Amino acid sequence: MRGRDGAAVVAAAPRARASARRPRSGQWAAWAFLAPVTAYLVLFYAYPLYRNLDLSLRNYTVRSFVQGGAPFTGLKNYGTVLHDPTFGPALLHTVVFTVVSLAFQFTIGMALAVFFTQHFRLSATLRALFLVPWLLPLIVSASTWSWMLNSDSGVVNSVLHYAGIAPVNWLTSPQWSLVSVIIANVWIGIPFNLVVLYSGLQAIPASIYEAAALDGANGWQRFWKVTFPLLRPVSAITLLLGLIYTLKVLDIIWIMTKGGPADSSTTFATWSYRLGFGNLLPSFGPGSAVGNLLIVMALVFGLLYIRVQRRQQTA
Amino acid sequence: MRALPFRRRAIGAGLVAVALSAGLAGCASSQGGTGGGAAKGTYTIWDPYPQFDNSSAWVQLLNKCGTSAGVTVKRTGYDTSDLTNKALLASQQGNAPDVLIVDNPVVSTLAEGGVLTTTADTKIDTSSIEPNLLAAGQSGGKTYGIPIGANTLALYYNKAVLKAANVDIASVKDWNSLTAALAKVNEAGKKGITFSGIGTEEGSFQFLPWFWGSGAQLTKLDSPAAMSALSLWTDWVKKGYAPNSVINNTQTTSWQEFATGKFAFAENGTWQVANAKKAGFEYGIIPIPAMNGGTAPAPTGGEFVTVPVQKQTDRYATSEKLVTCLTSADNSYTTDTTLSYVAPTDAVQAKQVAATPDLKVWVDAVHAAKGRTSDNLGTKYPKISQPMWTAMQAALSGSKSPQAALTAAQSTAAAATK
Repeated sequence: MRGRDGAAVVAAAPRARASARRPRSGQWAAWAFLAPVTAYLVLFYAYPLYRNLDLSLRNYTVRSFVQGGAPFTGLKNYGTVLHDPTFGPALLHTVVFTVVSLAFQFTIGMALAVFFTQHFRLSATLRALFLVPWLLPLIVSASTWSWMLNSDSGVVNSVLHYAGIAPVNWLTSPQWSLVSVIIANVWIGIPFNLVVLYSGLQAIPASIYEAAALDGANGWQRFWKVTFPLLRPVSAITLLLGLIYTLKVLDIIWIMTKGGPADSSTTFATWSYRLGFGNLLPSFGPGSAVGNLLIVMALVFGLLYIRVQRRQQTA
Repeated sequence: MRALPFRRRAIGAGLVAVALSAGLAGCASSQGGTGGGAAKGTYTIWDPYPQFDNSSAWVQLLNKCGTSAGVTVKRTGYDTSDLTNKALLASQQGNAPDVLIVDNPVVSTLAEGGVLTTTADTKIDTSSIEPNLLAAGQSGGKTYGIPIGANTLALYYNKAVLKAANVDIASVKDWNSLTAALAKVNEAGKKGITFSGIGTEEGSFQFLPWFWGSGAQLTKLDSPAAMSALSLWTDWVKKGYAPNSVINNTQTTSWQEFATGKFAFAENGTWQVANAKKAGFEYGIIPIPAMNGGTAPAPTGGEFVTVPVQKQTDRYATSEKLVTCLTSADNSYTTDTTLSYVAPTDAVQAKQVAATPDLKVWVDAVHAAKGRTSDNLGTKYPKISQPMWTAMQAALSGSKSPQAALTAAQSTAAAATK
């Protein structure tokens, strides 16, 4: 309390004394308050982005990276990346990985969220258990998945064996590697969807369900006619955040398959990492070009979301 | 009531002051390191051995070498895969360490970047080092460092498994006899061989003994000899002599497979000797056979001690003292024993074999070994290695035939190294 009073006194004094100078000093104060966040944004967002853009527009070799003076080559790195035989498969895998992961994460997350709205004994404990994948460090969950899916000694194949099904080379066959990393990513992403959608459900008043029940709506109708439409804003933000998280997933894939075998689980994120860091000789230019394409993809969806949201608000 | 917040605030202010002065002191001491000038001061050393903490023999050796050179050593251990880019960035910012210990195939990349001094600049004596080991640190007729020790690959075998399958290890002399042994092991219901065919440099490292053992050259990935090497691996996987998991195995996971005791053979390195003793079964080691007999040249592993370029060239004299101390015969013996490496000089190798006769096979393997960046490949090596491991993965996973995979690899490598 004392501090606040003191501040009020200090603030009041100059106001009385020099009202003419007030706008200017107010402006200075405003700038002073803005300065930290501006410095933060410039240092940690604008400059790295600029550097990444700059890297992608120059022909960097190891020598010019250290000594400086890399020649400006315009969009040449982007051309190299676009004509790389990895580009097509990487784009396809990025889209499949993202869409399929999101579809399953969202559907399962929604189903669980609805399930947990009915309180039953130990429901809180069970809900907490569902959060475990989210709490585990990704390196732990991805390594565990890669052990479980090991062709020869993995638990998944030994279960299949007892069920009389031939073993599947989850991580080492080009047909299955993408499926495997998607399964692991869905498992990791469910808790996020569950938590956000569950809190969204809490905001829907129970009276609406009562009214719907009185009007004779069954459970299925209540979901589709009440829950789903009222949850739309929360669903949209869940999907958008999920999309951005999923587009840039690197660790899970890198730990489980390194994007292989033969690029069969390479996405833009792993490709960019491999170009920049996965080789003895880093190719900074193409690596940052792929990274920038990824940023643009996320940005496009972000803008799309804002536009849709605005239209909803005006409607 | 009023006194308490004031005192709290005073304590707070005091804490801030302490933190600030500690921070400033931190800045001051680190500045002393780079601006030291003459022999007095702090010298920085980076190494890829994060497993060693300050109480380890390695760090104590670094400190001892610092003391005898009259300086304080500030050491940082990095993950080896991190170190290349860290060193490049540091050089870009003009604060490279005084001494950098780095994986041997990276030396040519850093040299290309102008990051490293030559041993002629720093007057480091490399005359006692075996030429095939030193070659990994040479490019364009210049030497950019001195190996701290070497490791390489050989075949570990499980005596009990071979006995059960009725295989005499003396019969394994070339690829045919090895494959025949694997077939016998397979028939006896055991597993044949495990190796690491992962899609990274590690995979290339493991494939090279077979590639070179066929007589193939890295400058021509699609030669008939190269074909036979890749077909050997692919057939092993197809016939079940090697498990499918080799496609994703690192050398560590491959070793874990061998340690289960179910495998007859494992291709792995010197660094597993200590683990082999703990495995709980009797094992032996043979050099990797070449296609038609004899020992195949395996790639050399192990790090080089290098001196990055500094603005103040008068620092080199002390850096030279540090490097010479680290690689001197006595210290080399201690370090290489700690790291489970083979020493890079004849004299120290003899001492190692006298102390541990088991090391003989490794010393022989190191004599036959070859640097990946040797043959004047230098920075072309990484551009060849990646297409090679990509081809290996494609063939092992069955997405391409060995022939098609290697043809594609050669055209990628040729375009990249043009």
